[in-house]
Amino acid sequence: MDIIQSVLNGDKRSIAKLITLVEEKSDDFINILKKIYKYTGRAITIGITGAPGSGKSSLVNKLTRILRTQNKKVGIIAVDPTSPFTGGAILGDRIRMQDLTLDEGVFIRSMGTRGALGGLSRACYDAVKILDASGMDYIIIETVGVGQSEIDIVKLADIVLLVMVPGMGDDVQAIKAGIMEIGDIFVVNKSDKDGADRLVTEIEMTLDLGSSKNSWKPPVIKTIATENYGIVELSENIEKVLKHMMQDDLLNVKRKSRIKQEIISLLTETLIENIIFRYSEKIDMLIEKVLERQIDPYSAMEIIISDVK
Amino acid sequence: MSCTKTIRVLIAKPGLDGHDRGAKVIARALRDSGMEVIYTGLRQTPEQIVEAAIQEDVDVIGLSILSGAHNFLFPRVIELLKEKNAQDILVIGGGVIPDEDIPGLKAAGIAEVFTPGTPTSKIIDFIKSHVK
Amino acid sequence: MGDKYSLEKLKEEKKNWEETKLNKVLSKHPERYEKFYTNSNIEVERLYTELNVQDMDYLEELGFPGEYPYTRGVQPTMYRGRLWTMRQYAGFGTAEESNQRYKFLLSQGQTGLSVAFDLPTQIGYDSDHPLSKGEVGKVGVAIDSLKDMEILFDGIPLDKVSTSMTINAPAAILLSMYIAVAEKQGVSPDELSGTIQNDILKEYVARGTYIFPPEPSMRLITNIFEFCSKNMPKWNTISISGYHIREAGATAIQEVAFTLADGIAYVEAAIKAGLSVDDFAPRLSFFFNAHNDLLEEVAKFRAARRLWAKIMKERFNAKDPRSMMLRFHTQTGGSTLTAQQPDNNIIRVTIQALAAVLGGTQSLHTNSRDEALALPSEDSVRIALRTQQIIAYESGVTETIDPLAGSYYVEHLTNTIEQKAREYIDKIDKLGGAAKAIEKGFMQQEIQDSAYRYQMEVESGRRIVVGVNKFQIEEEPPKGLLKVDPEVGIMQEKKLKELKSSRDNIAVGQALKELEQVAKTDDNLMPVILKCVKSYCTLGEICDILRKVFGEYKASITI
Ligand SMILES: Nc1nc2c(ncn2[C@@H]2O[C@H](COP(=O)(O)OP(=O)(O)OP(=O)(O)O)[C@@H](O)[C@H]2O)c(=O)[nH]1
Ligand SMILES: [Mg+2]
Repeated sequence: MDIIQSVLNGDKRSIAKLITLVEEKSDDFINILKKIYKYTGRAITIGITGAPGSGKSSLVNKLTRILRTQNKKVGIIAVDPTSPFTGGAILGDRIRMQDLTLDEGVFIRSMGTRGALGGLSRACYDAVKILDASGMDYIIIETVGVGQSEIDIVKLADIVLLVMVPGMGDDVQAIKAGIMEIGDIFVVNKSDKDGADRLVTEIEMTLDLGSSKNSWKPPVIKTIATENYGIVELSENIEKVLKHMMQDDLLNVKRKSRIKQEIISLLTETLIENIIFRYSEKIDMLIEKVLERQIDPYSAMEIIISDVK
Repeated sequence: MSCTKTIRVLIAKPGLDGHDRGAKVIARALRDSGMEVIYTGLRQTPEQIVEAAIQEDVDVIGLSILSGAHNFLFPRVIELLKEKNAQDILVIGGGVIPDEDIPGLKAAGIAEVFTPGTPTSKIIDFIKSHVK
Repeated sequence: MGDKYSLEKLKEEKKNWEETKLNKVLSKHPERYEKFYTNSNIEVERLYTELNVQDMDYLEELGFPGEYPYTRGVQPTMYRGRLWTMRQYAGFGTAEESNQRYKFLLSQGQTGLSVAFDLPTQIGYDSDHPLSKGEVGKVGVAIDSLKDMEILFDGIPLDKVSTSMTINAPAAILLSMYIAVAEKQGVSPDELSGTIQNDILKEYVARGTYIFPPEPSMRLITNIFEFCSKNMPKWNTISISGYHIREAGATAIQEVAFTLADGIAYVEAAIKAGLSVDDFAPRLSFFFNAHNDLLEEVAKFRAARRLWAKIMKERFNAKDPRSMMLRFHTQTGGSTLTAQQPDNNIIRVTIQALAAVLGGTQSLHTNSRDEALALPSEDSVRIALRTQQIIAYESGVTETIDPLAGSYYVEHLTNTIEQKAREYIDKIDKLGGAAKAIEKGFMQQEIQDSAYRYQMEVESGRRIVVGVNKFQIEEEPPKGLLKVDPEVGIMQEKKLKELKSSRDNIAVGQALKELEQVAKTDDNLMPVILKCVKSYCTLGEICDILRKVFGEYKASITI
């Protein structure tokens, strides 16, 4: 049977193989993606991000178990940073999800960020599509909240959970740094630790500041992932937020803008690649000129663009 | 981006022993040689290891055992891979493994057994030359 | 140490020597390396003199044997009075086989027993549990119920031997079984002497045989402290272990620091549980590793003793001198043994054992040469024991106390290790104590970094391991290795079936029900565990109840 059909049937080995093809940018992967695209769009995608060690994987684990009791199929993509020096990575999120490994209705894939300078790689977006096409009801994407990947997650997920932990000074900074906007739900995990309530108040205050009186406000949920505390509430709130998004057509707006983003970035990537490839000699020549200060880089760009036209 | 494939390796400790110094040193060394390493932690059953290897689509499974349970657990992993039609995954083993057990393990399908004192560079070379 | 005038002069003369004699030689024959390091990466100077220890106050820092701060030893006469306990860790297969091995060891002049349990026992699974498959009887003896324990100690008078048991998460259960066996021999608990390892924190850090989360685990430990302080005055209630921390790759400094940090956590837990420090602290004991860097290891033991004494006195206000004494068992370093040219291990073990004795150990296990390959054979075990006996009776190092004291180098190393270990402990305090530091993966990360650095040093050739990265030979595979009968698992399963059909299952059910109730309260668990054990509940049944009430620990893994 061909790989597309097997993926659509939910065969795990084929799903895994196809994700590898996409990661490796093997020949033909675009054609395959084209063929499965029409089967995507069913799954709800949940992004979960937060500082290293804040309990994201533990939360994913517990959340998935609840989704499983509702008989939902869950795909999980756990992203860890690739070392820019060696290209290697240790992908350790799976450790916290060990008890899901043998569950028929769960698929877990660990991915490195690979070339994507701190953000999420193209392959990660495509892996979501593959899982979607394979019949997952939910797809959860875990990324470490350092740098670009937590901003990228918005482009990938219908709902973003922002995980924070009490007693870490940088939470307040994060709030100030403006990453608050990306959260649809705020999770104060490790609320067995001192300062959980204070953090909740702090988050709520910041949210109040940023929103007008009667607009929708993201919920703030206290959890203890290790003890299963607050997880049911969290999953209920996910449903609530989803409902709200669907009522107000926000989900579609979000997805639309996501598609736009995707087309634009595909365009940019391809165009640039094309230009660089086609005009490589010219570019080399211009570099020399810039180096000699005969022209400046802006003019060099204009020269190339006028050629493209 | 380079065009060579990133090698993916699952490092697992089947059985109950908790000595993971070797497994962790190897994991780091493999990472530093440019591989993606999925470390699954202690007390993994062969079933869990094989399922994780399939979902992660790894090229290699590295098994480490120091408790002496290798003669049961290593072949069991191979058996399950075969059941799942995944025998293309290279399986290597390490730990306290007497020489006299090695031929049997290899016959069962373990590609290579690395005993204590093996330099990590040798393991890296082995993986690089055996993963297509 | 010396008077000021002579120190000034010494300084001058040393400079003189460096500028004339030394530099002349160095310019022609450079040293082997630019810098030298101990095994733990402490930089080593070319020459140590009184200048390196000039700030040290003899009476404050060294004192006398049997007196605070115990740098020179915990007893006033040390080995002139009594030699250390020679205690070989042993156990494999079934209780019957291990019982035979113990009798052999006692007949060879060993003076204490040390029981190794198999992994299922250590993790609280019966031999017929699916996860036990392939593991039964492998690294130690399989104990499923009191029945096995009765066989294990059959014909061994428990009032005469002291027994050390390497058991941690289910320590309360195995201790209860030991008490029950003794009772059947007519020996009461207060006559029993020995040790249970009972050190859960290092399981989370380095050894991996944990069952329950930290909180209930700490409760079990303090329950044992309390029970023993009332009923078993001669029993060491815990053996706070650096051994496995070192095996996992820690340096000597980290070994001392993390072990004592764990120790502090236990003392704090017991105090929090309402015990007073001098009631339980005298029964705390320690367990260290001995590696090849002879002088660094000797310094390590001395530094650990001094640091613990200070901690107990200054931090916990202990009054009883015995609370301040760090008494310890030593095992030679398993990770230093090589599979290549295994006979070389005899020499390594000799150096390590010597370090332990020069460091003032209270008991000692010497590894067997073939342990990097398999469980030790009877011949290898004998050589290992003989190594201790030769040091004890022929080497002469036992005839005076702490013979290396006053060596400029050893004293300097002792000071350095103490100081650096203290810095680590301060850092751990800042993280919120040992349990928190472990939860954050701090100790694990530090240890792994050391392990990785060590491995890379070996691979680059900067560190030489004889027979491994230098002086290799072609070797025949070794012969005569001990094999555990693969049928052990089946035999244990059969025994379990028989037990379950012959015991009073109503009593079993009641005992387990009571256990569940007590586990949910704050009461001491020891009495009800003892009751379970005596009604022949299996280890797995007892642990299952506790797992149900307490939950299971999930490791926080750092790489
Ligand atoms: N006390 C407490 N510990 C928790 C809680 N949730 C997770 N942990 C612990 O925090 C540590 C990190 O948890 P993970 O789930 O791996 O965190 P993560 O955010 O996925 O970590 P990275 O993927 O490495 O960034 C583990 O030791 C967990 O057991 C909680 O609610 N309370
Ligand atoms: Mg994670």
